[in-house]
Amino acid sequence: MTTTATPTPVEKLAAGTADYLDQRTGIGTFVKTFARKIFPDHWSFLLGEIALFSFITILISGVFLTLFFVPSMNEVHYDGPWEAMQGVQMSEAFASTLRLSFEVRGGLLMRQIHHWAALIFMAAIVTHMMRVFFTGAFRKPREVNWVVGFLLMILGLAAGFSGYSLPDDVLSGNGLRITDGVVRSIPIIGSYTSYFLFGGEFPGTDLIPRLFTVHILLVPGIILALIGLHLFFVVLHKHTQYPGSGRSDKNVVGYPLFPIYVAKAGGYFFTVFGVIVLMAATMSINPVWNYGPYDPSPVSAGAQPDWYMLFLEGSLRLMPGFTEFVVLGFTVSLNVLIPAMVVPGILFTLLAAYPFIEAFATGDKREHHVLDRPRNRPFRTAFGVSLLTAFFILVLAGSNDLIATHFHLSINDITWVFRVLIFVGPWFAFWVTKRICLGLQRKDRELVLHGHETGRIVRFANGEYIEVHKPLDAHERWLRVQHDAIRPLEIEPAEDSRGVRRKGYALDRMRQRLSQTFYEDRIEPVTPAELAASHSHGEHDAVGAADEHAPAALAGAVGGRQHLVDPQDETTPDGRNR
Amino acid sequence: MTNHDTGHEAGNELATQAPGALPDKFADPGHPEHHDRLGDNDPKANKKAERQVVVLFAVSVLATLGFLVAYFTLPPGETPESMLRSNLALGLGLALSLLGIGLAAVHWAKALMNDHEKSEERHVQRSSDENRAGAVAALKDGAEDSAIGRRGVLQGAMISALALFPLAIVVPIVGNVGGDWNVSKFRHTMWKKGTKLATDPTGRPIKAADVTIGSVFHVIPEGLEEAEHPLDEKAKAVVLLVRLDPADLNEAEDRKGWSYDGIVAYSKICTHVGCPVALYEQQTHHLLCPCHQSTFDVANGARVVFGPAKRPLPQLPITIDDEGYLIAQSDFNEPVGPSYWERLK
Repeated sequence: MTTTATPTPVEKLAAGTADYLDQRTGIGTFVKTFARKIFPDHWSFLLGEIALFSFITILISGVFLTLFFVPSMNEVHYDGPWEAMQGVQMSEAFASTLRLSFEVRGGLLMRQIHHWAALIFMAAIVTHMMRVFFTGAFRKPREVNWVVGFLLMILGLAAGFSGYSLPDDVLSGNGLRITDGVVRSIPIIGSYTSYFLFGGEFPGTDLIPRLFTVHILLVPGIILALIGLHLFFVVLHKHTQYPGSGRSDKNVVGYPLFPIYVAKAGGYFFTVFGVIVLMAATMSINPVWNYGPYDPSPVSAGAQPDWYMLFLEGSLRLMPGFTEFVVLGFTVSLNVLIPAMVVPGILFTLLAAYPFIEAFATGDKREHHVLDRPRNRPFRTAFGVSLLTAFFILVLAGSNDLIATHFHLSINDITWVFRVLIFVGPWFAFWVTKRICLGLQRKDRELVLHGHETGRIVRFANGEYIEVHKPLDAHERWLRVQHDAIRPLEIEPAEDSRGVRRKGYALDRMRQRLSQTFYEDRIEPVTPAELAASHSHGEHDAVGAADEHAPAALAGAVGGRQHLVDPQDETTPDGRNR
Repeated sequence: MTNHDTGHEAGNELATQAPGALPDKFADPGHPEHHDRLGDNDPKANKKAERQVVVLFAVSVLATLGFLVAYFTLPPGETPESMLRSNLALGLGLALSLLGIGLAAVHWAKALMNDHEKSEERHVQRSSDENRAGAVAALKDGAEDSAIGRRGVLQGAMISALALFPLAIVVPIVGNVGGDWNVSKFRHTMWKKGTKLATDPTGRPIKAADVTIGSVFHVIPEGLEEAEHPLDEKAKAVVLLVRLDPADLNEAEDRKGWSYDGIVAYSKICTHVGCPVALYEQQTHHLLCPCHQSTFDVANGARVVFGPAKRPLPQLPITIDDEGYLIAQSDFNEPVGPSYWERLK
């Protein structure tokens, strides 16, 4: 309609620019392929976007900060507007942080934006990871991208930790001191690792410049590269979608990149940035001018690290001291090694390896693009919840002193409670979650078989009362029956027909056991035959259900006598074992 | 009614079939119907949504101008109050400027842009068989062209060169990054025989007579400021001084001479991971580390009574000089601070 014979000057300019670019880059092909690429829509897909956009916010505010921050541990005497620190000896790093807050206009805002954005960045990564985990978005072909995302989380921790320490205030300095204590506990190379980090004895004069390079060059450089890879994979694989009518592993249903997601995601960047700025404007964070410069002697009670480090702090607090021992004259500090290295090691290894463990237990080689509803994978959901429970118990344990002072409880009692909970809690959470999942699946079955309760009571001629149930419509039903029920693997017997023990049986047996742990307890989705059977004996359920929305196309939904299921999509137990 | 009847009959029909005739799974009913938005059919609602988008963009423009005004009129000033005022004004300006754009764009997309879902096909990630074969052939041809398979010595030479060259980068890093790598510095502090105990941070020597029962002094060695690396020395040498009623003090046989008239001095560096053990509870004579709650009993050789630390705090042997000032008898007789592998070697 707008295409007219005589182009306007703007159109001419645009066409000219496009022609210039295309002749030199062939960008036309690229635009044609990607401009209308389809992405599915769901609020939970925004979590990863929050991570991305808060990272951009971090980059923007971070560049501002580098212009005024001095990464040096040279001692100076403060001479500036902040009365309380007048003449106090401090490092240039701390002095320049004060200058950023008091003398650089907008400096405090940028500092607070940077810090809040870092906290939100980590929170968004963790919740995004939870979404990916609980919906099974890590399954083939996305296992590699899960690992990339996992590395991004670890790098996020490194970025946060290195940045937190830069102002060289007393709080972050004590954090570094704890780091020194932790690395010293590493057997054999501990002392040398400490010297490696600090360029000699703690605290030395090298650390802040080193952390600065790590924080503004090394880590963000790698993060940027991995974000590029992460997003490249998203485009390559096309985004996953939630189950629903018309959505399958062979299509992607949603809206085109241009204009919908250009506007939505672009707008969302400004929204995320705006919310972070709002937080920075109204909520004080890390007021280092109150803490004072680093000094190895003072420490404040009730000090907390940033939230993503709390679990390590909690882990350190829970470990009883008797686990340090001396063997052949060498000191082995298990009271530090276990909580600071082994515990996070286990948490992170399980997290990184989970997609591969699940694939091994499932024996499934297909590509998956339709997400799981968490209830339909009880083991996975329960496992995820139990990992999170362990994590949050440690986070709470990292705040045990604040719990003690706020609730007037004995810190020793709280610590003991957490020492027990860290073993019992995850196990209990696993059990409860699995039961809830199975219960929800049963409810789905119940709904599909008998429909919604309507509250309408009907009395028959013979005096019998029944409540009328309204059958689900085809879309409601599809959501509840579309998934495959995964059954435990079946393996070949230990001995072949001639009674010879076959090779690889032990591994197969282990795999079968794992598979049983994952899939022994399961509720299978309703099949058309089951629905038909329930209709045959519960037929009067539908009597008098004079509802306008009663299922129009039950026969169609059931598929009649046609064989509508693609044989390739069927999983048979023996087919999965090869 | 008719709808319902259809469903009911379908149910009956299914029920009378032999189970084998039914598929194993339900079939996808296909895309649900599209629901129009209010603005899709009502031009007035559509116009209203457009106006809202315009207003949001306008809010952003005004907020940016407000930000600039605040920037020039509100300096951070000399007090936290004026600083926070400037921060609030600038922050609200920037936040509204951003949120205006963000919400306008999202509202535009949701209320005004075409919201019909589209579907696109997916293709398996795996390359086609021809492409796989082609890839293998390409690699084979390349290997053939280089003849690497037949030139074993060349292969070995190349691998050796590539494996060795990183040493030229790694060795200087490792060589320099740890300073002098002399980790035996952990063993010693600047305390030695005769060093006066001084208050932290003023550096004034402490007279034994000034230490009343129950009082606590944070102590550094006198002359700390003149040390080559004062902060490094302080990180090891800080001491906590407490005077107890001699009746409350239980001292080990070999440490009887380490205190002076109920005054004991212990390293302030926690034996767990090195935080300063700064909280003293007068009633129980307990020292608490605020970082991980290791608790030490000062009346009993600073042994651990709770928490993740294993070892007691090292004790600094003290006495007084002729003028009554507290002095150290020697350095600590063990390394202070957190444990490490070769600590006892």
